[in-house]
Amino acid sequence: MSAAAVKTGSMSPYHAQDGLLLEVENLHVEFHTRYGVAKAINGVDFSLRQGECLAILGESGSGKSVTAQAVMGILDMPPASIPAGSVKYCGHDLLTMPEDRRRKTRGPEISMIFQDALSALNPTFPVGWQIAEMFREHRGMNKSDAYAQAIKLMERVSIPAAKERVKAYPHQFSGGMRQRIMIAMAIALDPAILIADEPTTALDVTVQAQIMSLLQDLQHERQMGLILITHDLGVVADVADRIAVMYAGRIVEQADVRDIYARPAHPYTKGLLESIPRLDLKGQELAAIGGLPPNLMKIPPGCAFNPRCTMAQDVCRVDLPPLVEVAPNRKSACHFSKEVLGA
Amino acid sequence: MTDQTGVIVAEGTTGPEAAETVGQAQSLTQEAWRELRRNPLFVISLILITVFIVMAIFPSLFTNADPNKAILKLSNSAPSKDAWFGRDLQGYDVLARTVYGARASIIVGIMTTLVTGFLGVLIGTIAAYYGGILDTLVMRLTDIFFAIPFLLGGILFMSTFPNDVNSSYWSVVGKVVLALSILGWPSIARLMRGAVLQVKPNDYVQAARALGASPWRIIRSHILPNAMAPVMVVSMINLGAYIAAEASLSFLGIGLVPPAISWGVAISDSLNLIRTAPWILIFPSIFLSLAVLAFIMLGDAVRDAFDPKGR
Repeated sequence: MSAAAVKTGSMSPYHAQDGLLLEVENLHVEFHTRYGVAKAINGVDFSLRQGECLAILGESGSGKSVTAQAVMGILDMPPASIPAGSVKYCGHDLLTMPEDRRRKTRGPEISMIFQDALSALNPTFPVGWQIAEMFREHRGMNKSDAYAQAIKLMERVSIPAAKERVKAYPHQFSGGMRQRIMIAMAIALDPAILIADEPTTALDVTVQAQIMSLLQDLQHERQMGLILITHDLGVVADVADRIAVMYAGRIVEQADVRDIYARPAHPYTKGLLESIPRLDLKGQELAAIGGLPPNLMKIPPGCAFNPRCTMAQDVCRVDLPPLVEVAPNRKSACHFSKEVLGA
Repeated sequence: MTDQTGVIVAEGTTGPEAAETVGQAQSLTQEAWRELRRNPLFVISLILITVFIVMAIFPSLFTNADPNKAILKLSNSAPSKDAWFGRDLQGYDVLARTVYGARASIIVGIMTTLVTGFLGVLIGTIAAYYGGILDTLVMRLTDIFFAIPFLLGGILFMSTFPNDVNSSYWSVVGKVVLALSILGWPSIARLMRGAVLQVKPNDYVQAARALGASPWRIIRSHILPNAMAPVMVVSMINLGAYIAAEASLSFLGIGLVPPAISWGVAISDSLNLIRTAPWILIFPSIFLSLAVLAFIMLGDAVRDAFDPKGR
């Protein structure tokens, strides 16, 4: 079937063509500040298919969260603006859609979970009320039906004694439980795409693993497209199908997760992978990428990574390398991709 | 003591009931309420306010005398078994006049608080939520209102639209409420704007947007409940101030006028007789002071209870 409804059994007006859910093309985002224009996103392209998990990887300030917010349409404009690009959901450009129509895609079609679930939940209302609100806002359900659905969802995300806890407030839950509630809210309306913005950063390691496996289960169960935004290479390896590495507002490398871990095609990815602490190299000094990411108001000419790159040549300081296919199913934006791959 | 039993029940039982009790016992409101019950200021002011409100609704519970029955031959008679608070120049029963006077003060206080609260919350929230030029315009408008001294503005309004002999009770009261509301909304609007600006950047507001909540629902469910507390406390304190302002305007002869019975009017009328018949002054003054004090004390107590820093 080439044009199956994105969600089975729903009346969604959106239909995925050949399983293709999201296409982001040439996306630019700028922030107008008192000190100048910060170019947070400079031409990002990626796509997401049904049931696929794309990880967007990058350090702080690389534009990964801004990309997510631009896709969600929750950037504050001003100060932000989107001078170019398109974000197509099932072929419909979200950026040119009237705001009211776009708002109705948030929740039932595309949904999002946040880094810190304590601050992402409203402290004045019980959690059950907040989950139930999703059904009341988008489905017009009455209070008791919405509560029944909320309890079901809380059970689905493995909150013990959901029936009793439905009336409890966010501060009465542990960090991991709060993130589960956030996830329950986000998947309440069975969205086709779930964006998770550093979902495990605020949690400790054992809980991180539980939350990631919950996300993975839900993704498989509902055939969602999952966009996982993180700076944690360890989190990505088990869950993601594909990885997009971002640097200074551009995607510098995009490939299947196995390929990237086995043989990176960009010096930045290579540097990141080498900086993971390894048990078998105990006692040796940890490799690190020297320097700092560039100021987004003064991105260096040529390749933005050139001041920190060990392989940089003159051409890197002048020419911006485009993101091109360097091997089947993998793209890299480096003048010396072949050399990096070969090394 | 009730607190202790509450805690024991919560710890001793298991299952749904226990979760329920724990859930409620830990909420901020519950904790504040516990704090309040132990505060003598709160208890006293609450009792006083209850008495005044009952007095405003059922004045006949407090006196059998008719406040509009003038017995001229008993003009200025001292307190007696017949008229506990004495009689004034017209021979009215001072107790009856004072008890019936509560109604005007309470109505003006509550109505003005409701109107300023509604306007202030609405305007302040819209200004802060939408921001930009709208915010600037609204805030400069409040600056203009702040430049007008409260009493002077009241005098100006009331002398521009004076009452006449034929004005009904409600138009007399309504005019005072309107005058006080016009001057009172900017302080609430500014307070509300500040509170909304503080709540707006919170993650849960962003999260609500990301999950498709409409602007109206974001304001109603996420911003208002988290930004209302300061406005509620200040409104309660202001209620006392509005009662005092009404009395001031009435005292100056431009607020409430007969047929409305008001403490301010009574105090004003008593001044010439302060040496010969002080009771005409003393009793309405005491009632007025107690009413104003009660609302201000209640506001203070509630503010302290909700302020975690004060613990």
